[in-house]
Amino acid sequence: MHDRGQGRLDLMLGVLLFAGMILALYMAFLQAPREKTMGDVQRIFYFHVPAGITGLTAFAINFAASLIFLVRRNRFWDNLALASAEAGVLFLSIVLVTGPLWAKPVWFVWWTWSPRLTSSLVLWMLYVAYLLIRNYVTDPDRRAITSAVFGIVAFVDAPIVWFSIRWWRDIHPSPMLETGGLSPVMRPALWTCWAVFQILFVYLLRRRFFLESARQDVEWLQRRVDLAR
Amino acid sequence: MLAKVWTIFRKDLLIELRTKDSINAMVFFGIVMLVIFNFALESMRDSIRSAVPGVLWAAFAFSGTLGLNRMFAAEKENSCLQGLLMIPVDRGIIYLGKMLAAAAFMMLTEVVIFTFSLVFFNLTVWREIPYLVLVCFVGTLGFTAVGALLSAISVNTRMREVLLPLILFPVVLPILINAVEATAIILNTIDYRALQLPLTIMTVFTIVFLTLAYLLFEYVLED
Repeated sequence: MHDRGQGRLDLMLGVLLFAGMILALYMAFLQAPREKTMGDVQRIFYFHVPAGITGLTAFAINFAASLIFLVRRNRFWDNLALASAEAGVLFLSIVLVTGPLWAKPVWFVWWTWSPRLTSSLVLWMLYVAYLLIRNYVTDPDRRAITSAVFGIVAFVDAPIVWFSIRWWRDIHPSPMLETGGLSPVMRPALWTCWAVFQILFVYLLRRRFFLESARQDVEWLQRRVDLAR
Repeated sequence: MLAKVWTIFRKDLLIELRTKDSINAMVFFGIVMLVIFNFALESMRDSIRSAVPGVLWAAFAFSGTLGLNRMFAAEKENSCLQGLLMIPVDRGIIYLGKMLAAAAFMMLTEVVIFTFSLVFFNLTVWREIPYLVLVCFVGTLGFTAVGALLSAISVNTRMREVLLPLILFPVVLPILINAVEATAIILNTIDYRALQLPLTIMTVFTIVFLTLAYLLFEYVLED
Protein backbone atom coordinates (compact mmCIF):
# COMPACT_ATOMS: atom_id res chain seq x y z
CA MET A 1 0.00 0.00 0.00
CA HIS A 2 0.89 3.62 -0.28
CA ASP A 3 3.00 4.16 2.79
CA ARG A 4 5.42 6.98 3.46
CA GLY A 5 8.35 5.30 1.75
CA GLN A 6 6.40 5.05 -1.49
CA GLY A 7 5.26 8.66 -1.13
CA ARG A 8 8.84 9.82 -0.77
CA LEU A 9 9.86 7.81 -3.81
CA ASP A 10 7.03 9.40 -5.80
CA LEU A 11 8.16 12.85 -4.71
CA MET A 12 11.72 12.13 -5.78
CA LEU A 13 10.50 10.80 -9.11
CA GLY A 14 8.39 13.93 -9.55
CA VAL A 15 11.34 16.23 -8.95
CA LEU A 16 13.51 14.16 -11.29
CA LEU A 17 10.75 14.27 -13.90
CA PHE A 18 10.40 18.05 -13.67
CA ALA A 19 14.14 18.57 -14.13
CA GLY A 20 14.21 15.97 -16.91
CA MET A 21 11.39 17.65 -18.81
CA ILE A 22 13.18 20.98 -18.81
CA LEU A 23 16.35 19.27 -19.99
CA ALA A 24 14.39 17.40 -22.70
CA LEU A 25 12.84 20.64 -23.95
CA TYR A 26 16.30 22.23 -24.09
CA MET A 27 17.77 19.23 -25.93
CA ALA A 28 14.93 18.94 -28.45
CA PHE A 29 14.48 22.64 -29.22
CA LEU A 30 17.91 24.19 -28.70
CA GLN A 31 20.66 21.60 -28.56
CA ALA A 32 19.55 19.41 -31.48
CA PRO A 33 20.45 20.89 -34.88
CA ARG A 34 17.86 22.15 -37.36
CA GLU A 35 16.97 19.45 -39.89
CA LYS A 36 18.11 20.31 -43.43
CA THR A 37 14.97 19.65 -45.52
CA MET A 38 12.12 19.58 -43.03
CA GLY A 39 13.23 22.45 -40.83
CA ASP A 40 12.09 22.93 -37.26
CA VAL A 41 9.03 20.77 -37.69
CA GLN A 42 11.31 17.73 -37.51
CA ARG A 43 11.80 18.45 -33.78
CA ILE A 44 8.42 16.88 -33.10
CA PHE A 45 10.22 13.60 -33.78
CA TYR A 46 11.88 13.79 -30.34
CA PHE A 47 8.45 13.50 -28.72
CA HIS A 48 6.68 11.34 -31.29
CA VAL A 49 9.10 8.42 -31.26
CA PRO A 50 9.67 8.12 -27.48
CA ALA A 51 5.90 8.36 -26.90
CA GLY A 52 5.39 5.55 -29.39
CA ILE A 53 7.97 3.28 -27.76
CA THR A 54 6.56 4.02 -24.30
CA GLY A 55 3.00 3.30 -25.49
CA LEU A 56 4.01 -0.10 -26.86
CA THR A 57 5.86 -0.90 -23.62
CA ALA A 58 2.73 -0.06 -21.68
CA PHE A 59 0.60 -2.42 -23.76
CA ALA A 60 3.14 -5.20 -23.34
CA ILE A 61 2.97 -4.69 -19.57
CA ASN A 62 -0.83 -4.76 -19.77
CA PHE A 63 -0.67 -8.10 -21.60
CA ALA A 64 1.71 -9.64 -19.09
CA ALA A 65 -0.32 -8.34 -16.15
CA SER A 66 -3.59 -9.65 -17.67
CA LEU A 67 -2.08 -13.07 -18.19
CA ILE A 68 -0.64 -13.26 -14.67
CA PHE A 69 -3.94 -12.04 -13.21
CA LEU A 70 -5.88 -14.89 -14.82
CA VAL A 71 -3.50 -17.38 -13.23
CA ARG A 72 -2.89 -15.78 -9.83
CA ARG A 73 -6.17 -13.83 -9.32
CA ASN A 74 -4.30 -11.21 -7.35
CA ARG A 75 -5.65 -7.63 -7.40
CA PHE A 76 -2.12 -6.29 -7.76
CA TRP A 77 -1.96 -7.51 -11.38
CA ASP A 78 -5.37 -6.15 -12.25
CA ASN A 79 -4.42 -2.73 -10.94
CA LEU A 80 -1.17 -2.87 -12.88
CA ALA A 81 -3.07 -3.82 -16.06
CA LEU A 82 -5.45 -0.90 -15.63
CA ALA A 83 -2.68 1.60 -14.92
CA SER A 84 -0.61 0.47 -17.90
CA ALA A 85 -3.57 0.46 -20.30
CA GLU A 86 -4.49 4.02 -19.35
CA ALA A 87 -0.89 5.19 -19.66
CA GLY A 88 -0.59 3.37 -23.00
CA VAL A 89 -3.68 5.06 -24.41
CA LEU A 90 -2.32 8.40 -23.25
CA PHE A 91 1.08 7.88 -24.93
CA LEU A 92 -0.44 6.53 -28.11
CA SER A 93 -2.74 9.58 -28.18
CA ILE A 94 0.39 11.73 -28.09
CA VAL A 95 1.73 9.74 -31.05
CA LEU A 96 -1.52 10.12 -32.99
CA VAL A 97 -1.66 13.87 -32.38
CA THR A 98 1.99 14.69 -33.05
CA GLY A 99 2.04 12.51 -36.18
CA PRO A 100 -0.48 14.52 -38.24
CA LEU A 101 1.05 17.79 -37.00
CA TRP A 102 4.33 16.69 -38.55
CA ALA A 103 2.74 15.08 -41.61
CA LYS A 104 0.80 18.12 -42.78
CA PRO A 105 3.86 20.27 -43.66
CA VAL A 106 6.03 17.31 -44.75
CA TRP A 107 3.59 15.01 -46.60
CA PHE A 108 1.00 17.76 -47.30
CA VAL A 109 -1.72 15.59 -45.77
CA TRP A 110 -2.80 15.15 -42.16
CA TRP A 111 -3.42 11.47 -42.44
CA THR A 112 -2.75 8.60 -44.82
CA TRP A 113 -3.76 4.95 -44.50
CA SER A 114 -0.25 3.56 -44.45
CA PRO A 115 0.37 0.34 -42.46
CA ARG A 116 2.15 2.06 -39.60
CA LEU A 117 -0.50 4.74 -39.22
CA THR A 118 -3.40 2.35 -39.56
CA SER A 119 -2.06 -0.16 -37.08
CA SER A 120 -1.27 2.57 -34.55
CA LEU A 121 -4.83 3.82 -34.84
CA VAL A 122 -6.26 0.31 -34.48
CA LEU A 123 -4.03 -0.33 -31.47
CA TRP A 124 -5.32 2.86 -29.89
CA MET A 125 -8.91 1.77 -30.58
CA LEU A 126 -8.29 -1.67 -29.08
CA TYR A 127 -7.17 -0.20 -25.77
CA VAL A 128 -9.90 2.41 -25.71
CA ALA A 129 -12.26 -0.58 -26.09
CA TYR A 130 -10.41 -2.20 -23.16
CA LEU A 131 -11.05 0.86 -21.00
CA LEU A 132 -14.70 0.92 -22.12
CA ILE A 133 -15.16 -2.66 -20.94
CA ARG A 134 -13.65 -1.76 -17.58
CA ASN A 135 -16.06 1.13 -17.40
CA TYR A 136 -19.18 -0.88 -18.15
CA VAL A 137 -18.71 -3.94 -15.93
CA THR A 138 -19.94 -3.01 -12.47
CA ASP A 139 -18.88 -5.97 -10.36
CA PRO A 140 -15.17 -5.57 -9.44
CA ASP A 141 -14.29 -9.27 -9.70
CA ARG A 142 -16.04 -9.70 -13.05
CA ARG A 143 -14.42 -6.51 -14.30
CA ALA A 144 -10.95 -7.78 -13.49
CA ILE A 145 -11.45 -11.14 -15.20
CA THR A 146 -13.30 -9.81 -18.25
CA SER A 147 -10.83 -7.06 -18.92
CA ALA A 148 -7.91 -9.47 -18.48
CA VAL A 149 -9.43 -11.66 -21.20
CA PHE A 150 -9.86 -8.69 -23.51
CA GLY A 151 -6.36 -7.44 -22.73
CA ILE A 152 -4.97 -10.78 -23.98
CA VAL A 153 -7.19 -10.71 -27.10
CA ALA A 154 -6.14 -7.15 -27.90
CA PHE A 155 -2.43 -7.82 -27.59
CA VAL A 156 -2.60 -10.97 -29.72
CA ASP A 157 -4.59 -9.04 -32.32
CA ALA A 158 -2.04 -6.24 -32.66
CA PRO A 159 0.60 -8.16 -34.68
CA ILE A 160 -2.09 -9.69 -36.91
CA VAL A 161 -3.37 -6.21 -37.70
CA TRP A 162 0.17 -5.26 -38.61
CA PHE A 163 0.69 -8.28 -40.90
CA SER A 164 -2.69 -7.94 -42.54
CA ILE A 165 -1.90 -4.49 -43.92
CA ARG A 166 1.86 -4.81 -44.30
CA TRP A 167 1.60 -5.01 -48.08
CA TRP A 168 0.04 -1.53 -48.28
CA ARG A 169 2.56 1.01 -49.48
CA ASP A 170 4.15 2.70 -46.50
CA ILE A 171 5.36 6.26 -46.68
CA HIS A 172 6.08 6.45 -42.97
CA PRO A 173 9.84 6.86 -42.36
CA SER A 174 11.33 3.51 -41.42
CA PRO A 175 12.51 3.18 -37.82
CA MET A 176 15.78 5.08 -38.00
CA LEU A 177 17.08 3.63 -34.77
CA GLU A 178 17.20 0.16 -36.28
CA THR A 179 18.71 1.16 -39.59
CA GLY A 180 21.14 3.60 -37.99
CA GLY A 181 19.98 6.34 -40.35
CA LEU A 182 19.64 8.93 -37.62
CA SER A 183 22.41 11.51 -37.63
CA PRO A 184 24.71 11.12 -34.57
CA VAL A 185 24.22 14.78 -33.63
CA MET A 186 20.48 14.17 -33.13
CA ARG A 187 20.94 11.12 -30.94
CA PRO A 188 21.57 12.83 -27.56
CA ALA A 189 18.27 14.73 -27.85
CA LEU A 190 16.37 11.59 -28.78
CA TRP A 191 17.87 9.54 -25.95
CA THR A 192 17.20 12.30 -23.42
CA CYS A 193 13.58 12.54 -24.50
CA TRP A 194 13.27 8.77 -24.44
CA ALA A 195 14.62 8.61 -20.87
CA VAL A 196 12.31 11.38 -19.68
CA PHE A 197 9.31 9.65 -21.27
CA GLN A 198 10.26 6.47 -19.41
CA ILE A 199 10.37 8.35 -16.10
CA LEU A 200 7.03 9.95 -16.89
CA PHE A 201 5.59 6.53 -17.66
CA VAL A 202 6.84 4.98 -14.42
CA TYR A 203 5.59 7.99 -12.48
CA LEU A 204 2.11 7.87 -14.03
CA LEU A 205 1.96 4.10 -13.63
CA ARG A 206 2.77 4.34 -9.93
CA ARG A 207 0.34 7.15 -9.23
CA ARG A 208 -2.51 5.45 -11.10
CA PHE A 209 -1.75 2.15 -9.42
CA PHE A 210 -1.88 3.60 -5.91
CA LEU A 211 -4.96 5.63 -6.73
CA GLU A 212 -6.72 2.44 -7.78
CA SER A 213 -5.64 0.57 -4.63
CA ALA A 214 -6.79 3.47 -2.48
CA ARG A 215 -10.13 3.51 -4.28
CA GLN A 216 -10.57 -0.18 -3.62
CA ASP A 217 -9.68 0.26 0.06
CA VAL A 218 -12.31 2.95 0.38
CA GLU A 219 -14.85 0.72 -1.34
CA TRP A 220 -14.06 -2.12 1.01
CA LEU A 221 -14.28 0.11 4.11
CA GLN A 222 -17.57 1.52 2.89
CA ARG A 223 -18.99 -1.96 2.52
CA ARG A 224 -17.91 -2.77 6.05
CA VAL A 225 -19.55 0.38 7.41
CA ASP A 226 -22.75 -0.51 5.56
CA LEU A 227 -22.70 -3.99 7.05
CA ALA A 228 -22.10 -2.69 10.57
CA ARG A 229 -25.09 -0.39 10.40
CA MET B 1 -16.66 -33.97 -27.98
CA LEU B 2 -18.09 -33.42 -31.44
CA ALA B 3 -21.42 -34.84 -30.29
CA LYS B 4 -21.53 -32.34 -27.43
CA VAL B 5 -20.72 -29.43 -29.72
CA TRP B 6 -23.39 -30.66 -32.10
CA THR B 7 -26.00 -30.80 -29.31
CA ILE B 8 -25.45 -27.15 -28.38
CA PHE B 9 -25.30 -26.16 -32.03
CA ARG B 10 -28.57 -27.95 -32.68
CA LYS B 11 -30.22 -26.35 -29.65
CA ASP B 12 -29.42 -22.86 -30.92
CA LEU B 13 -30.48 -23.78 -34.43
CA LEU B 14 -33.81 -25.17 -33.25
CA ILE B 15 -34.61 -22.15 -31.10
CA GLU B 16 -33.79 -19.86 -33.98
CA LEU B 17 -35.83 -21.84 -36.49
CA ARG B 18 -38.84 -21.77 -34.17
CA THR B 19 -38.71 -18.07 -33.32
CA LYS B 20 -36.77 -16.65 -36.26
CA ASP B 21 -36.01 -13.68 -34.00
CA SER B 22 -32.51 -12.76 -35.06
CA ILE B 23 -32.39 -14.15 -38.57
CA ASN B 24 -35.26 -11.94 -39.75
CA ALA B 25 -33.68 -8.88 -38.20
CA MET B 26 -30.26 -9.75 -39.64
CA VAL B 27 -31.51 -10.25 -43.19
CA PHE B 28 -33.71 -7.19 -43.17
CA PHE B 29 -30.97 -5.00 -41.70
CA GLY B 30 -28.53 -6.23 -44.34
CA ILE B 31 -30.92 -5.30 -47.13
CA VAL B 32 -31.53 -1.87 -45.62
CA MET B 33 -27.73 -1.40 -45.58
CA LEU B 34 -27.55 -2.22 -49.29
CA VAL B 35 -30.19 0.39 -50.06
CA ILE B 36 -28.36 3.01 -48.01
CA PHE B 37 -25.05 2.21 -49.72
CA ASN B 38 -26.75 2.45 -53.09
CA PHE B 39 -27.56 6.10 -52.39
CA ALA B 40 -24.26 6.79 -50.66
CA LEU B 41 -22.39 5.55 -53.75
CA GLU B 42 -24.67 7.27 -56.27
CA SER B 43 -21.74 9.11 -57.84
CA MET B 44 -19.86 5.92 -58.73
CA ARG B 45 -22.74 4.09 -60.33
CA ASP B 46 -20.65 3.21 -63.40
CA SER B 47 -17.88 1.51 -61.44
CA ILE B 48 -20.08 0.07 -58.73
CA ARG B 49 -18.49 -3.36 -59.10
CA SER B 50 -15.30 -2.08 -57.49
CA ALA B 51 -17.26 -0.80 -54.49
CA VAL B 52 -19.32 -3.96 -53.97
CA PRO B 53 -16.74 -5.87 -51.84
CA GLY B 54 -16.68 -3.09 -49.26
CA VAL B 55 -20.46 -2.71 -49.30
CA LEU B 56 -21.03 -6.43 -48.91
CA TRP B 57 -18.67 -6.87 -45.98
CA ALA B 58 -19.99 -3.79 -44.21
CA ALA B 59 -23.50 -5.25 -44.54
CA PHE B 60 -22.30 -8.71 -43.41
CA ALA B 61 -20.44 -7.31 -40.43
CA PHE B 62 -23.25 -5.08 -39.20
CA SER B 63 -25.98 -7.67 -39.59
CA GLY B 64 -23.65 -10.28 -38.04
CA THR B 65 -23.20 -8.04 -34.99
CA LEU B 66 -26.97 -7.90 -34.65
CA GLY B 67 -27.07 -11.69 -34.43
CA LEU B 68 -24.12 -11.91 -32.04
CA ASN B 69 -25.81 -9.43 -29.74
CA ARG B 70 -28.84 -11.69 -29.40
CA MET B 71 -26.76 -14.81 -28.95
CA PHE B 72 -26.16 -14.50 -25.19
CA ALA B 73 -28.84 -11.90 -24.49
CA ALA B 74 -31.42 -14.56 -25.36
CA GLU B 75 -29.79 -16.95 -22.89
CA LYS B 76 -30.16 -14.40 -20.11
CA GLU B 77 -33.95 -14.62 -20.32
CA ASN B 78 -35.50 -17.21 -17.99
CA SER B 79 -32.00 -17.93 -16.60
CA CYS B 80 -31.19 -20.18 -19.56
CA LEU B 81 -27.54 -19.29 -19.10
CA GLN B 82 -27.51 -20.87 -15.64
CA GLY B 83 -28.93 -24.04 -17.13
CA LEU B 84 -26.36 -23.98 -19.88
CA LEU B 85 -23.53 -23.56 -17.39
CA MET B 86 -24.77 -26.50 -15.35
CA ILE B 87 -24.22 -28.90 -18.24
CA PRO B 88 -21.28 -31.07 -17.22
CA VAL B 89 -19.11 -30.19 -20.19
CA ASP B 90 -16.07 -28.05 -20.71
CA ARG B 91 -16.96 -24.37 -21.20
CA GLY B 92 -15.01 -24.43 -24.43
CA ILE B 93 -17.58 -26.88 -25.84
CA ILE B 94 -20.36 -24.40 -25.15
CA TYR B 95 -18.32 -21.76 -26.91
CA LEU B 96 -17.76 -23.93 -29.99
CA GLY B 97 -21.42 -24.89 -30.26
CA LYS B 98 -22.72 -21.38 -29.94
CA MET B 99 -20.02 -19.97 -32.18
CA LEU B 100 -20.83 -22.44 -34.95
CA ALA B 101 -24.53 -21.65 -34.65
CA ALA B 102 -23.79 -17.93 -34.95
CA ALA B 103 -21.60 -18.63 -37.98
CA ALA B 104 -24.37 -20.70 -39.59
CA PHE B 105 -26.91 -17.88 -39.16
CA MET B 106 -24.48 -15.35 -40.47
CA MET B 107 -23.71 -17.42 -43.57
CA LEU B 108 -27.41 -17.88 -44.23
CA THR B 109 -27.87 -14.13 -43.98
CA GLU B 110 -24.92 -13.56 -46.27
CA VAL B 111 -26.50 -15.70 -48.99
CA VAL B 112 -29.67 -13.60 -48.92
CA ILE B 113 -27.83 -10.27 -48.75
CA PHE B 114 -25.55 -11.34 -51.60
CA THR B 115 -28.50 -12.34 -53.77
CA PHE B 116 -30.11 -8.97 -53.17
CA SER B 117 -26.86 -7.21 -54.01
CA LEU B 118 -26.79 -9.00 -57.38
CA VAL B 119 -30.17 -7.47 -58.16
CA PHE B 120 -29.56 -4.02 -56.69
CA PHE B 121 -26.14 -3.51 -58.26
CA ASN B 122 -26.80 -5.45 -61.49
CA LEU B 123 -23.93 -7.89 -61.05
CA THR B 124 -23.34 -11.05 -63.01
CA VAL B 125 -21.39 -13.82 -61.29
CA TRP B 126 -21.09 -17.51 -62.12
CA ARG B 127 -17.51 -18.66 -62.24
CA GLU B 128 -16.73 -16.57 -59.15
CA ILE B 129 -19.22 -18.27 -56.84
CA PRO B 130 -17.07 -21.13 -55.43
CA TYR B 131 -14.31 -18.66 -54.56
CA LEU B 132 -16.78 -16.26 -52.97
CA VAL B 133 -18.19 -19.10 -50.89
CA LEU B 134 -14.70 -19.96 -49.67
CA VAL B 135 -13.89 -16.37 -48.69
CA CYS B 136 -17.26 -15.91 -46.95
CA PHE B 137 -16.81 -19.19 -45.11
CA VAL B 138 -13.38 -18.36 -43.70
CA GLY B 139 -14.29 -14.72 -43.09
CA THR B 140 -17.46 -15.59 -41.23
CA LEU B 141 -15.74 -18.21 -39.09
CA GLY B 142 -13.08 -15.68 -38.10
CA PHE B 143 -15.66 -13.01 -37.41
CA THR B 144 -17.79 -15.23 -35.18
CA ALA B 145 -14.76 -16.83 -33.49
CA VAL B 146 -14.00 -13.45 -31.92
CA GLY B 147 -17.65 -12.36 -31.91
CA ALA B 148 -18.90 -15.21 -29.74
CA LEU B 149 -16.26 -14.53 -27.09
CA LEU B 150 -16.86 -10.78 -27.05
CA SER B 151 -20.62 -11.28 -27.08
CA ALA B 152 -20.27 -13.30 -23.88
CA ILE B 153 -18.21 -10.43 -22.46
CA SER B 154 -20.58 -7.66 -23.45
CA VAL B 155 -23.72 -9.44 -22.24
CA ASN B 156 -22.52 -9.01 -18.66
CA THR B 157 -22.00 -5.28 -18.97
CA ARG B 158 -24.27 -2.32 -18.38
CA MET B 159 -24.48 -1.34 -22.04
CA ARG B 160 -24.73 -4.74 -23.75
CA GLU B 161 -25.93 -3.91 -27.24
CA VAL B 162 -23.95 -0.70 -27.47
CA LEU B 163 -20.67 -2.16 -26.28
CA LEU B 164 -20.36 -5.18 -28.60
CA PRO B 165 -19.69 -3.33 -31.90
CA LEU B 166 -17.28 -1.00 -30.11
CA ILE B 167 -15.10 -3.82 -28.84
CA LEU B 168 -15.66 -6.21 -31.74
CA PHE B 169 -14.80 -4.13 -34.79
CA PRO B 170 -11.27 -3.09 -33.77
CA VAL B 171 -10.42 -6.75 -33.10
CA VAL B 172 -11.91 -8.21 -36.31
CA LEU B 173 -10.43 -5.52 -38.51
CA PRO B 174 -7.80 -7.90 -39.98
CA ILE B 175 -10.61 -10.24 -41.08
CA LEU B 176 -12.66 -7.44 -42.62
CA ILE B 177 -9.73 -5.86 -44.45
CA ASN B 178 -8.63 -9.17 -45.96
CA ALA B 179 -12.14 -10.34 -46.76
CA VAL B 180 -12.79 -7.12 -48.67
CA GLU B 181 -9.46 -7.50 -50.42
CA ALA B 182 -10.14 -11.13 -51.36
CA THR B 183 -13.66 -10.34 -52.58
CA ALA B 184 -12.29 -7.51 -54.67
CA ILE B 185 -9.73 -9.85 -56.25
CA ILE B 186 -12.49 -12.33 -57.09
CA LEU B 187 -14.91 -9.81 -58.53
CA ASN B 188 -12.54 -7.47 -60.33
CA THR B 189 -9.51 -9.44 -61.50
CA ILE B 190 -8.87 -12.54 -63.56
CA ASP B 191 -5.74 -13.83 -61.86
CA TYR B 192 -6.79 -15.56 -58.64
CA ARG B 193 -3.29 -16.38 -57.44
CA ALA B 194 -3.34 -13.11 -55.49
CA LEU B 195 -6.04 -14.65 -53.30
CA GLN B 196 -3.46 -16.67 -51.43
CA LEU B 197 -2.19 -13.86 -49.19
CA PRO B 198 -5.53 -12.54 -47.86
CA LEU B 199 -6.86 -16.07 -47.45
CA THR B 200 -3.78 -17.12 -45.51
CA ILE B 201 -4.04 -14.17 -43.14
CA MET B 202 -7.76 -14.83 -42.60
CA THR B 203 -7.10 -18.50 -41.88
CA VAL B 204 -4.28 -17.72 -39.43
CA PHE B 205 -6.49 -15.17 -37.68
CA THR B 206 -9.35 -17.66 -37.43
CA ILE B 207 -7.18 -20.45 -36.04
CA VAL B 208 -5.43 -18.18 -33.53
CA PHE B 209 -8.66 -16.72 -32.19
CA LEU B 210 -10.56 -20.00 -32.17
CA THR B 211 -7.84 -21.46 -29.94
CA LEU B 212 -7.58 -18.36 -27.77
CA ALA B 213 -11.34 -18.01 -27.32
CA TYR B 214 -11.72 -21.73 -26.63
CA LEU B 215 -9.18 -21.38 -23.81
CA LEU B 216 -10.42 -18.06 -22.43
CA PHE B 217 -14.15 -18.69 -22.68
CA GLU B 218 -14.43 -20.29 -19.24
CA TYR B 219 -13.36 -17.02 -17.64
CA VAL B 220 -15.94 -14.77 -19.23
CA LEU B 221 -19.15 -16.60 -18.30
CA GLU B 222 -20.70 -15.66 -15.00
CA ASP B 223 -20.87 -18.48 -12.50
